[in-house]
Amino acid sequence: MRIGGFGHLVSEEILLPVKPAYIALTLFAALMLNLLPLTGWVLTLRPDFVALALLYWGIHQPRKIGFLPAWLLGLAMDVADGSLFGQHALAYSMMMFAAIFLHRRVSMFDLRHQMLHVVVILLAMQLIVLGVRQAAGGELPGWWYFLPSFTGALLWPLAHVVFTAPLRPRHDPDDA
Amino acid sequence: MEYTPPPFFKRGPSLLTRLSFFAVLSLILLYADARFHYMESMRKVVAVVLYPLQQLADVPGDLGSRVSSFFVTQSLLQRENERLARDNFLNAGLLQTQQALIAENLHLRSLLEMQERVEQSSVSAEILYFGRDPFSRKVIVDKGAMQDIEEGAAVVDDTGLIGQVSRAFPWTAEIALITDREQGVPVQVVRNGLRAVVFGMGYDGALDLRFMPVNAEIENGDVLVTSGIDGVYPAGLPVAVVSNIERNAAYPFAKITCTPTAGVNSHRQVLVLSRLAPLPEYPAASETPKGAKPRPKARKGG
Repeated sequence: MRIGGFGHLVSEEILLPVKPAYIALTLFAALMLNLLPLTGWVLTLRPDFVALALLYWGIHQPRKIGFLPAWLLGLAMDVADGSLFGQHALAYSMMMFAAIFLHRRVSMFDLRHQMLHVVVILLAMQLIVLGVRQAAGGELPGWWYFLPSFTGALLWPLAHVVFTAPLRPRHDPDDA
Repeated sequence: MEYTPPPFFKRGPSLLTRLSFFAVLSLILLYADARFHYMESMRKVVAVVLYPLQQLADVPGDLGSRVSSFFVTQSLLQRENERLARDNFLNAGLLQTQQALIAENLHLRSLLEMQERVEQSSVSAEILYFGRDPFSRKVIVDKGAMQDIEEGAAVVDDTGLIGQVSRAFPWTAEIALITDREQGVPVQVVRNGLRAVVFGMGYDGALDLRFMPVNAEIENGDVLVTSGIDGVYPAGLPVAVVSNIERNAAYPFAKITCTPTAGVNSHRQVLVLSRLAPLPEYPAASETPKGAKPRPKARKGG
């Protein structure tokens, strides 16, 4: 449901309404993916699935998600990672603000251009974490620290497909 | 005339207000955690909530390793069995001599009226996953305070020291590896008894032996063991082998790099040793100031 010339930029199909329980389920799945016991370069490349899911719903359903889930999931990630208490919570809250603030603008673009927005928001989120750690006396990690933002942005189209798959109306085979 | 929206358009406080609320809340938590470590109890509560989720996330990897271990070849098992039997034979010999040595040591210590060493109990634990915080090097193991794991306890594997328990949650514990930047281990060179402190460098496979003078008597291949003078690590645990020494007279200290002996990345089983008996009280500062090195300020006072 877009006006005039913008129709070709976004998917034109009408999706079913999103239930809050469905959003909660996807966030839970993202948390589980983040908790997977990975090591080595897979861990270095692993995108922050929770951030990606929060960002997705922040952009697509800003009325149905708010700061509280972002903040609570941030605390959970802080404990799971053994990082400073509140660093992910702060970064996720800031990211949620960016997502809700920019949601009208980002959803105007097609998926490729959305990815460019996503990579910037994810990088900003990581920069906040980095800033907090620097303020607390941490050392700079290597450049690879920012890789998860890029892999996260690359996964954006996949996230779109996966998150909207259960929301597509069933196609009636009789309706040729 | 006021332009407030009609009540059915009300959406609560504005975006910026909500952001500032949560940002300030996070900053308070951060400050309290980084400065005063006030957040440990709250962290424990969240850890308990997360524990079943972590167990659940561990299932696929666990299943995979079980399936792969099911398809082990006969020859591999035979070889391993042979090796273990040989090791066992060797260890049995060592153990018998060790029992005699322990008895002799006890006797000698009582003769010399020295403080007796306490037998250390230990808990074996399995590494659940590696910490994902890129700023620190930590692993999480599957035993916690309920299994008598205490904060500060030393953690070893079968080849040497791997780290120290930094946080004990009810059913899991967080271990700061010796390769963590903020982790220092007091060590001793086996060859000549020289004491030093090794620090982590923040990445795998390297430790930094700091504050050793350029002319310190230390060589490539020197074995470093814990000295035990800190009262945290028991004495004599292998820590690292000196791998590279750069002596540059332009700097006061030599740059010495070591390789840890324990294989933190190669196996999942670790042993958490119990805490040592507390050391005797540090003697009251009568002639020396409290700090390790006398500072100019202290001189002014005296």
